[in-house]
Amino acid sequence: MEQDSAGAPARASLLNDPKARGLFYQLVLIVALVTLGYVIVTNTIANLERQNIASGWGFLENTAGFGIIQSLFPYSETSSYGTALLVGLFNTILVAVVGIFFATIFGFVIGIARLSNNWVISRLAYCYVELVRNVPLLLQIFFWYFAVLRAVPGKREKWSLFDTIHLNIGGLRLPKPIWEPGSHMIGIALIVAIIASIVISRWAHKRQDATGQQFPMFWTAVGLIVGLPVLAYLVMGMPMYWEHPNFVETGPILRRGFELNVGINVIPEFLALTAALAIYTAAFIAEIVRAGIQAVSHGQTEAAHALGLRNGPTLRLVVIPQAMRVIIPPLTSQYLNLTKNSSLAVAIAFPDLVSVGGTVLNQTGQAIEIIGIWMGVYLSLSLLTSAFMNWYNQRMALVER
Amino acid sequence: MSNKILPLVLGAAMGVAATTAAGATTLEDVKAKGFIQCGVSQGLPGFSNPDSQGNWTGLDVDLCRAMAAAVFGDASAVKFTPLSAKERFTALQSGEVDVLSRNTTWTMSRDTQLGLNFAGVNYYDGQGFMVRKDLGVTSALELSGASVCTNTGTTTELNVADYFRANNMPYEIVAFEKADEVVAAYDAGRCDVYTTDASGLYAQRLKLTNPGDHMVLPEIISKEPLGPVVRQGDDEWFNIAKWTLNAMLNAEELGVTSANVDEMKASDNPSVKRLLGAEGAFGEAIGLSNDWAYNIIKNVGNYEESFNANVGPDTPLGISRGVNALWNAGGFMYAPPVR
Repeated sequence: MEQDSAGAPARASLLNDPKARGLFYQLVLIVALVTLGYVIVTNTIANLERQNIASGWGFLENTAGFGIIQSLFPYSETSSYGTALLVGLFNTILVAVVGIFFATIFGFVIGIARLSNNWVISRLAYCYVELVRNVPLLLQIFFWYFAVLRAVPGKREKWSLFDTIHLNIGGLRLPKPIWEPGSHMIGIALIVAIIASIVISRWAHKRQDATGQQFPMFWTAVGLIVGLPVLAYLVMGMPMYWEHPNFVETGPILRRGFELNVGINVIPEFLALTAALAIYTAAFIAEIVRAGIQAVSHGQTEAAHALGLRNGPTLRLVVIPQAMRVIIPPLTSQYLNLTKNSSLAVAIAFPDLVSVGGTVLNQTGQAIEIIGIWMGVYLSLSLLTSAFMNWYNQRMALVER
Repeated sequence: MSNKILPLVLGAAMGVAATTAAGATTLEDVKAKGFIQCGVSQGLPGFSNPDSQGNWTGLDVDLCRAMAAAVFGDASAVKFTPLSAKERFTALQSGEVDVLSRNTTWTMSRDTQLGLNFAGVNYYDGQGFMVRKDLGVTSALELSGASVCTNTGTTTELNVADYFRANNMPYEIVAFEKADEVVAAYDAGRCDVYTTDASGLYAQRLKLTNPGDHMVLPEIISKEPLGPVVRQGDDEWFNIAKWTLNAMLNAEELGVTSANVDEMKASDNPSVKRLLGAEGAFGEAIGLSNDWAYNIIKNVGNYEESFNANVGPDTPLGISRGVNALWNAGGFMYAPPVR
């Protein structure tokens, strides 16, 4: 049998067979875990029944009855608890995506600055990293939130940039695009532009491989992605206009300031949370980037220089691609951390999943269900992020030829 | 090794089952550990607030102290757990606290769906609005378009939504988990309005930079009967909580105070005799000694004493008795008799 392949004596009894023993232990462990799980679940159900606590998912369809300050899709007090939780989920995803975007940019810039030959720049980056990563995140969130609130003008005043972007304690006000019939062509033009850019980029690669000639790919793509939608906009007779925030300066004092629901309002809770998360995570990403770059042998830089490449292209074409292999796995962890840390939003009134879920929990008392939803959502978000990053890591991994 | 792992794991599983399923009564638990674990707010002046030495005082705190006096004859046999609005019910359900005395509104869903019992009302409250005086607003009906700061996970959040919807006024809600952050955000001008129970508004106003710049609007938009809560299914403990509150109210009605309770023991009034354990065995009927009410009054005082010391007109909160006066003085406070 397989004892031979495992290298055990052929005549050994089943008791001493390493394979059989291994199987047995695993079986025992699984049985024990299942038993434990069963006991926990039945015990919980029994306790809930004994204490007359209602359970089940029916509550998700009941009317929520409370307001939420920010929602990516229509929500009102008459919506259901399920809708309220979805609002929270999308707000969490929004914060995570925007936070990850900025954290990555800051992190790479600071990580590279940390290795700069310029003493002032590298010291500044060093101080940033040490200061930011050693202060608890919750404190930083409070700092940004209350710093934002204290620093900007009050409700009845504003700071304006070109009379289109306004800031006051109520948030950042932006013009809102209003789409009219025909505006779908703009979206189609954008998609066409993206596809065309991909096709041209493939062609440019092939041409470079064949002839060595480079093609101004970046500017071509920018031209296409900006130009085509603008063209479509003009051809379709400008089917889109901007709704500007309306600032009322007269009348009763309470009514002065920006009108509700006109234009886009980015609430200060979102600004503070995203800023805190991005700045905090960027400090960790900077260290990861530094480690990644330092992991690339200096000989690579020297070789690139010997080929006549300047510093910029050396970093972009030789060092960073090799460094990415080291950077991506720990970078994934930082993305996961940022997503999970966004749950601290509850401290500053940003309605993320935990905040909204907490309210639902309190109104319905369905602790087990809500905590189950929290765990399920954060687990799924984490698994999705790491699946994507693993896929990206495999693509970036060094292909040995 | 396997023959060691299995019993260990199974043993642990059985242990979990045993400890959670076995039901000692709350009174037995409390007596065994020697103190009552009391869930209070995280700091609401007048109701439950820790001073610089960590001593808790307030109307809600006094109720827990009174229960400790009833059970142990010692008002200090209490430990306090500060709980956020969101944590409070879970803490009580899971047995982390024995009683929740935390300005909690008695509502039907809480009473019937959460496995909880409300033991009475120790403060009749209602939700109000506070605004800056310089807004020039005199009524809550002028608050259309306002941004409103409040706490998450409270009935407040629902009431304010109902009120603005019913009056067809748009609004913007900014809901924080902790009261301190609501105060800070309101103080910074993030919101035009701060809403919570009126008692809470008076208490939190003391924390603002310039309390004098703010006013509470006249509208009271909800009924908020606040009172102590215990777990459902333990009638003995429920009775103790209920009758501790009733004893304090009855003592006020009968004129028994912490100062005169020793003389009153010799009173000829049968109601006083029954309350103080000189006649009948009412203490034993609820699993305590017969001088339970005497201990409450001697150590903590009657309801009036507690009210005046914590939230009354002579305190910084300056709340008048209003609807919280006894039934025979025009208020709602009405305790069933001890007999």
